Amino acid sequence: MSTTELLVEPSRVSPVQRAVVGAFRSREFAIAAVLVLVVAAATFKSSSFVFSHDGWRDLLLSPSLLLLVAIGEMVVIVTRNVDLSVGSTLGLSAYLTGRLFTDHPGIPILLVFVIGLVFGALLGCINGLLVTVFQVPALVITLGTMYAFRGALVHWAGSKQIYASNLPDSFQNLGTEQILTIPVLTIVGLAVLVLVGYYLWNARGGRELYAIGSDPEAAGLYGLPVARRVFGAFVVCGALAGLAGVVQDARYSTATSSTGQGLELQAVAAVVIGGVAIFGGSGSVYGAAIGAFLLITINAALPILGIPEFWQNAVVGVLILGSICLDRFLAQRRTHRLIESRDDA
Amino acid sequence: MTTTTAPATETTYAAYARPLWQRLLLNRTTAMVALLVVAYVYAYNQVPFFSGKLTLYFLLMDMAPILLMALPMTLVIVTGEIDLSVASTLGLSAVVTGLLIHDHGFSLPAAALVALVVGVLAGLLNGVLVAYVGLPSLAVTIGTLALYRGIAVGLIGTKAISGMPAHWKDLVNRHIGTSSYPLVVIPIVVLAALFALLLHLTPFGRGVYEIGLNAEAAHFSGVDVRRTKLVLYVLSGVVSAFAGVFYLLRFDSANTDTGTGLELQVIAAVLLGGVSIFGGRGDLIGVLAGVLLIGVLSSALRLQQTGSDVIEIVIGVLLVLSVISTQLLDRVRSVRGRLRRTTRSAPAPEVGDGSRKVMS
Repeated sequence: MSTTELLVEPSRVSPVQRAVVGAFRSREFAIAAVLVLVVAAATFKSSSFVFSHDGWRDLLLSPSLLLLVAIGEMVVIVTRNVDLSVGSTLGLSAYLTGRLFTDHPGIPILLVFVIGLVFGALLGCINGLLVTVFQVPALVITLGTMYAFRGALVHWAGSKQIYASNLPDSFQNLGTEQILTIPVLTIVGLAVLVLVGYYLWNARGGRELYAIGSDPEAAGLYGLPVARRVFGAFVVCGALAGLAGVVQDARYSTATSSTGQGLELQAVAAVVIGGVAIFGGSGSVYGAAIGAFLLITINAALPILGIPEFWQNAVVGVLILGSICLDRFLAQRRTHRLIESRDDA
Repeated sequence: MTTTTAPATETTYAAYARPLWQRLLLNRTTAMVALLVVAYVYAYNQVPFFSGKLTLYFLLMDMAPILLMALPMTLVIVTGEIDLSVASTLGLSAVVTGLLIHDHGFSLPAAALVALVVGVLAGLLNGVLVAYVGLPSLAVTIGTLALYRGIAVGLIGTKAISGMPAHWKDLVNRHIGTSSYPLVVIPIVVLAALFALLLHLTPFGRGVYEIGLNAEAAHFSGVDVRRTKLVLYVLSGVVSAFAGVFYLLRFDSANTDTGTGLELQVIAAVLLGGVSIFGGRGDLIGVLAGVLLIGVLSSALRLQQTGSDVIEIVIGVLLVLSVISTQLLDRVRSVRGRLRRTTRSAPAPEVGDGSRKVMS
């Protein structure tokens, strides 16, 4: 930009102060505070929740699966689409991983991760193509592919199952291995989070995803490659679900034809709790990640807090409803502020 | 009015651009009904044992909850909203009924009445949050999906309830006279007729379509958008609760996962029946045909010793194909329409096209 006149006056508040205040005011902060509260309360009741080797590991390790799926789901939701087939994709990829190790003993682990990723991306391609070429609502398409993929998996696996004995030890160890006390699988998830977060916030393609989600029509008129970006979002979502399939095998050392069932709604729930608008265009992937952590952690924390584990689902439901109500409230307040500031001007 | 002489003021509505016989015969509903008839006749003649008396009985018994829940779901989706919580409401109702009878000695009618009230309350919560607070229904009902299931699980724990009164169990499993129709067909037919009447022949029903096409325009033309949506969610809740009582009596069991996953089956069936997910388009006959088609296909495939895997693939592919075909047909039609009147500019309004982001 070579214009000498600034369109917007630079803020008088210092950047550091702005960043701090912004962070405190952000939607992610609210959800992170709830997460910290839950963890703190559980730790207060039973210190081993955080301060034991296993407790610390589980706290970080358990959400890694949902973390990956939720990141992918967020990328799709931000474009005002939704992918309900992630659970089936994860199941297929998890079973594929098991078969790879069974049928090709000695296959490099890294290669399996790559295959899982690529396989998931291919399934994502199917969704993306159907949605963008035929311009059919994603909810319907991915509901269909959810059934189709799951059916394919049941057809393929039947009643067969992948057992721990099918998987090499070095692969299973990944599930418990830690670097600087942080589990490897969580590091994988966090690395993906930072990558996707950077892309969405700073790269042109990422900003375009937000623009498409805010108003697909306007984005198209403006000349953004809407179809290509939406297609890309579905591919990323599929790829991450595929990766999560491999992670699921490493974590649980088992895969059946029902692996990943119901995960699609959990992923959407994590994204919604994280403050991403279900109709796209706003929210951050970090929020979705914290949402995933919160969903899983609350399940682990409830029994410790003396609430029978049977009420977990209900708490999750209240959490989802609470967070969308909060979003609504915040959005309304923002609108009022904008109107006031316009009237003042 | 015959305005053939004044082409400048002529407006062509996509839906009325074709002659009557084409409109009656070449539409989604007729296609769905034809497909159902073809599938049924084929299975009847080709699939061993499909012509047996029990096949139809079990087919209807298996599809009954989906048939029931698909009725209000159709109306909800026609307004452009969605209700993902129906299966959880079904589960909650089954658990409540079971617990009241089992632990508190209620009679079945009393317990079922309480369950229906629970269904009304469940629908009220959905409806208030969606219609009056103005939250997106997809997110709200994912939340209540977890919430209602959670309440059911919390109430029942790890128990599984069985041992319902034999008299009522027999009633649910009974046939109508000596025919192969189960008794549950009667409430289904009554409810289907009521819902068809409500959707197609009352001002309320016209309002439902109008909301789906354009909620704001509906509001300005005097449709009480919020009350309509609230009523639909309450209907959805109460019918799901009724299905829950049926489910409990039929299988004589209620546990934590009664009916899990049914919500997506119901929605798949409704969409297969030709209801547009954007709202404003679809009818009940198509939906009923869609549900029954799924029923006929699964029972035929099962009789041919095919597993549930193939059935799931078939449902999935059918769903995708059905929406794609509608979309393609619409596009072909609009291109042909454009070719026919090349000089005139105003394009026909596209029915139900637009985003779901219609916040009132």
